[in-house]
Amino acid sequence: MKITINGKSCEGVEGQTVLEVARAGGFNIPTLCHLADLTPTGACRICVVEVDGMRNLVAACSTPAAEGMVIRTDSERVLSARRFIVELLVSCHPLDCMTCEKTGDCTLQNLAYELGVTGSRMEGDRYDYPVDSSNPFIVRDYNKCILCLKCVRVCNEIQGIEAIKTTQRGFDTKVATAYDNTLQDSTCVFCGQCVQACPVGALTEKKAKGLGRAWETRKVRTTCPYCGVGCQQELHVKGEQIVKVMAVEDGSPNKGRLCVKGRFGYDFIYSDERLTTPLIKENGSFREASWDEALDLVANKFKQIIAESGPDAIAGVSCARSINEDSYQMQKLFRAVIGTNNIDHCART
Amino acid sequence: MTNSFGEFADAKMFLCIGTNMTEAHPVAATFLKNALRKGAKLVVVDPRRQPLAKLADIHCQINVGSDIAFLNGLMNVIITENLYDKEFVANRCDNFEAFKTKIMEYPVERAAEISGVKPETIREVARLLSTVKPAMLCYTLGITEHTTGKDNVMSTANLQLLLGNMGMPSAGVNPLRGQNNVQGACDMGALPNVFPGYQKVIDPAMREKFARAWNVEKLPENNGMMMPHMMEALPDRKIRAFYIFGENLANTEPDIHKVERELASAEFLVCQDIFPTETTRFAHVVFPAASWSEDDGTFSSSERRVNRVRKVKTPPGEAKPNWWIFKEIAKRMGHTWESNSSQEIWDNEVSVLAPALGGIKYSRIEEDGLQWPCPTLEHPGTAFLHRDGMFTHGKGVFNPVDWKAPAEIPDREYPFVLSTGRRLYQYHTRTQTGRSGMNFLMSEETADISPADAQKLGIQQDERIKVRSRRGEVEVRARVTEQVPPGMVWMSFHFREGSANWLTNAVYDPATMTAEYKACAVNLERL
Repeated sequence: MKITINGKSCEGVEGQTVLEVARAGGFNIPTLCHLADLTPTGACRICVVEVDGMRNLVAACSTPAAEGMVIRTDSERVLSARRFIVELLVSCHPLDCMTCEKTGDCTLQNLAYELGVTGSRMEGDRYDYPVDSSNPFIVRDYNKCILCLKCVRVCNEIQGIEAIKTTQRGFDTKVATAYDNTLQDSTCVFCGQCVQACPVGALTEKKAKGLGRAWETRKVRTTCPYCGVGCQQELHVKGEQIVKVMAVEDGSPNKGRLCVKGRFGYDFIYSDERLTTPLIKENGSFREASWDEALDLVANKFKQIIAESGPDAIAGVSCARSINEDSYQMQKLFRAVIGTNNIDHCART
Repeated sequence: MTNSFGEFADAKMFLCIGTNMTEAHPVAATFLKNALRKGAKLVVVDPRRQPLAKLADIHCQINVGSDIAFLNGLMNVIITENLYDKEFVANRCDNFEAFKTKIMEYPVERAAEISGVKPETIREVARLLSTVKPAMLCYTLGITEHTTGKDNVMSTANLQLLLGNMGMPSAGVNPLRGQNNVQGACDMGALPNVFPGYQKVIDPAMREKFARAWNVEKLPENNGMMMPHMMEALPDRKIRAFYIFGENLANTEPDIHKVERELASAEFLVCQDIFPTETTRFAHVVFPAASWSEDDGTFSSSERRVNRVRKVKTPPGEAKPNWWIFKEIAKRMGHTWESNSSQEIWDNEVSVLAPALGGIKYSRIEEDGLQWPCPTLEHPGTAFLHRDGMFTHGKGVFNPVDWKAPAEIPDREYPFVLSTGRRLYQYHTRTQTGRSGMNFLMSEETADISPADAQKLGIQQDERIKVRSRRGEVEVRARVTEQVPPGMVWMSFHFREGSANWLTNAVYDPATMTAEYKACAVNLERL
């Protein structure tokens, strides 16, 4: 299938939306409510484009591409419509970007900037919801919610938890748990998928608060240290501090998903209870020691036991939490240096 | 896993046995749920009506430890009603006749009596499994943590062979691994019988290969000891030095009183960890180690995928990478090792020595990891094993297995069966989750009991009760829940106080030496 976008011919296949063909062709069409892999809702209308022969602008996310379509994504009519939508969203949005956690990574902020929306043309009603920061992981500020409903859709369709839905109608529409309880008093499992999906500052990571701006952090891909699924994480790091953890979109196997432990269980590494120096027990209690002293003590004791009782009098268990290279190294120490196959780990228990 | 997580989304049928996936492997469970939304069928076999069971088309609420009786009965129906994959069995499998003879000893009525699942339900599952193909069989520790753990695993494999559900996408036998790198620790040869890449230590050719690579004259010829044997050898000093790297054995092993007696009797105990734990209390020397995010390296996941782990911060104080600590001990014992980083260890040693990992180098896993077997640098990795029924040993082998009851079954003095596992909001002995805010979501252990038993004993929701076994006792709050059937108590081992491991039975599968965490007898008392 061939369609023409901004004068350029683009290839598409049956079943693709205008948005999909346009993005594959390198055209930037903004979205707020769009989620790949889920049924399009066409709720926010920010992705509108002009199609020759159609009277109204259409939402690119929910319009099937058809042979011979001629589309403009950047006409004044399109830009003006987008500007109007952003003005409406901004008219009831708290413009506290200076202190908002989401600044620099906020789709609404970026759109307002790109479209030249200042927020001064229309003054609308404002919401006055209390901010829920009653749990250690997710801050919910529905004063900033633009009702794109991505959070609801990932909770219901991706994670399959069904903890949140919309309540009320019109301006009073609000995302809420059953009976509008706190998350901890709902069926929420704190996977934080809603936070990852939120395009604005309505849902943010509590632990990240004040630790670093989006443009200050480097993104480091790594693997989750909990169960055996091997979820791919994107650590947002400032200096030596992990500011927050996101899932790698499209990374295998988790495809942008995490659970409560993977998303929020990372900061044990900063605990002040960490072991920081070798310890040697003397008269029943530990004292600090240098690496040389502790390593010499262990090596000498091993040598003594091997001489007296043979290498099979030494045994060790490796760690199923640590990296492959560490387990390799430990079994090599036992087999090649100590001379025993008494090496195991917790796979069996 | 023979297959991959990526195949969950397109699966047509799941048989989940002994897996509490929504809590222990939550992200895997999301893909299963997505498949269910698209019409996939789900059969759950589990003593508890846990969240996965609530999503199931059929939930077979088997009695604890009756897995083989149930599966043999299921296969009895499949064979007697001629529902099995005759082409696959005839051409791709061996030992069917002996297996069939054993299965005929388990008519569905006998299976029903032992497992507590109605005969018509077992028949219904058999018919469903024979009509929707392929099916992915998933299991976790509910299968392995029994004195019959190895036979339980064999039994799940028998079923998938019988149904011809092997060697294709969205099929296979899929154990979900509980820890991030338990697969990798096995792959690396942290096992008493194999070198890295599952090459046997009793094979002289393998010993010669590794001796040459490691620049030593010879390597030990006999299989070493398994962990429970090591610990049992501490009191009589058959093992004089014990080196524990990153394990909190004092909390994770069955029968804590016994474990602590053993650890306390050690002549020389070395612990290497990131935190002081209940286990490091017994150490003579403690080495402070670098944690996740403090070293570069790789983890291998359940689906045999080697993934990169990256360093973003320096270890605190004097803490050092684990591989460095082992290298320093080797140096002091007269061995100089060349590799001086995780990448050098992997690229120059591991992937050179383990044929299945030969094609995996750090340069190839910058983004998505690769799944072994991946023998060459051009190989794309292997999403599912035994393609087209081509098994490592030629054909798939049926292993006839018999049901045996757990070692300790309820009696008049200890009338309840205790089963244990993990909960969503904590992880193992909480060295990590206990220091990352998860206590907000789960702050203490509970004993999960059925409403019927609660009523019978007069126990209220959240009331503190005593759970007692022949080995110990704990005081915990009662959590009265429909998840648990009458006669059963369910607990986890996350909190030292109230840990199920004060109660669990230190008896093991004779082949795997995996402990029977899933079944022991306890009594409940009001305080």
